[in-house]
Amino acid sequence: MLVYDLGHGRAGDKGDTSNISVIAYNDKAWKILQRELTAERVMDAYAHIVHGPVTRYELPNLRALNFVIEGALGGGVTRSLGQDMHGKSLSTLILTIDLPVNEA
Amino acid sequence: MAPHPLRIGVGAGFADDRITPAADMAKSGRIDWLIFECLAERTVGRENLARQKNPKKGFTPWLEQRMEAVLPHCLEHGIRIVTNMGAANPTGAARVTRRIAADMGLGDVACSVVQGDDVAETIRALPGLMLMESGEPLESILPMMASANAYLGADAICEALSRNAPVTITGRVGDPSLFLAPAMHHYGWSYDDWPKLAQGTAAGHLLECSAQLTGGCFADPGKKDVPDMASLGYPIAEIGANGELIVTKLEGTGGRIDVATCSEQILYEMHDPSAYITPDCVLDITGLTLTEVAQHRVRVAGTKARPRTDSYKVTVGYFDGYIAEGQVAYAGINAVGRANLAADVVKERLRLRGFEYPEMRTDLIGMSSLHGMKPDRPEPYEVRLRIAARTNDRKAAEALGFEVRAMHVNGPAGGGGGSEPTVREILAVQSVLLDRNLVTPEVFVEGGS
Repeated sequence: MLVYDLGHGRAGDKGDTSNISVIAYNDKAWKILQRELTAERVMDAYAHIVHGPVTRYELPNLRALNFVIEGALGGGVTRSLGQDMHGKSLSTLILTIDLPVNEA
Repeated sequence: MAPHPLRIGVGAGFADDRITPAADMAKSGRIDWLIFECLAERTVGRENLARQKNPKKGFTPWLEQRMEAVLPHCLEHGIRIVTNMGAANPTGAARVTRRIAADMGLGDVACSVVQGDDVAETIRALPGLMLMESGEPLESILPMMASANAYLGADAICEALSRNAPVTITGRVGDPSLFLAPAMHHYGWSYDDWPKLAQGTAAGHLLECSAQLTGGCFADPGKKDVPDMASLGYPIAEIGANGELIVTKLEGTGGRIDVATCSEQILYEMHDPSAYITPDCVLDITGLTLTEVAQHRVRVAGTKARPRTDSYKVTVGYFDGYIAEGQVAYAGINAVGRANLAADVVKERLRLRGFEYPEMRTDLIGMSSLHGMKPDRPEPYEVRLRIAARTNDRKAAEALGFEVRAMHVNGPAGGGGGSEPTVREILAVQSVLLDRNLVTPEVFVEGGS
């Protein structure tokens, strides 16, 4: 099941670190995200473009997860050779993660 | 006790933000304060260089247009302006603002100025500071240092607001502090009233990126729709005497403000949600609740704050060589193969000319430039090759774009749309922490009668 169908989010930048939020659309989606969208799965999805590590924070009040990914922006906004120096588009990569869940 | 809560509206959330929504906000927002947040991490460094070239410059480039758009309405409605558009030259920005007011027939408009954020001389003389990002000593970049600015807090801004000028202009301050200060000033909150500082800081964090709270950076058609995006309105915070907080947006504008948009924005640029460090406090949003009390009205509650740290964060800007870039596009059968061949040829020609680059990156725009390459990705019909490299050698930087554009004639079949070669001089930033006692904010007023 795609994260895209469970939640939405946004990426922010600070130095060479990107933070990416995933906010569940509803309680059921929140339970799945909370259980399945681990820091390890996120690191796997980003491993080819970031150094890591990934730290995960839970915000149950907001039904949200916040992933802090270090070494994610090619040295930081001002030094990056990439096209998207802020890593704003990194928010949509997490949504492509396919979680091993069978939707009832 | 007036039931009317303080209304703080947003006029800008980044240096190049749109101006029409700010004018609309000033015209019909029924607000008490209008805030323009215009400084990214690297902007002050850039403006420092501008000021070194011309002592009258060094403030945010769109200052004049913004002031022309809002000053008449703000003065008419008694709306006070607070902004960090002063960048590296708040005094210069104040003088320009006063000149614009005079030229528009608005009279002698006083501007309160906050300075003292420039700590370049202080840290130059202070051994032992460590760069937070690289972990190396500050000395490693001192010879290339272009600027060093401390994020000042709401206390300094409050001092400026107490002078009752219609406009307050700062250099580097904490972004949320720009919003917290008017609330502290209006309600007389003390600088250690942590529950209220928490709410005011949360308000600032939510509002500081303007349209990102009201449907900007949000739409995904068919999945997350945003009505009337072309007329996206900017947000307003309604803050009560005890820190009650409602966020809303200018009436009659497009966009949306609800739990979904507020959730995305409260986590924007946040790391540990229990410890968001500002110059004023350490904000904890783990207990934060968002409630839609009416359409486009969200109540924010449950924030907490701990005492601020004993240091200021200082952004250090330094020269870091050049980034060179060139692009050329291919389409049709084997477009990716031809783009890759072009990349190989460009690199070989640069090598044969004797240029070396410590870091080079090749992107296929349309395929792998944003999310990198994965093995199972299908080839697109069209692709745009982009080569970028870092170097300290200006000639090497210029050669890169030159060789990419030469692909029109000297490259694989059907290469078109070559870009003008670009060479950017890089002003990189890192941070250090500086003891609060070593920083002295200054406040004064330009003009007024």
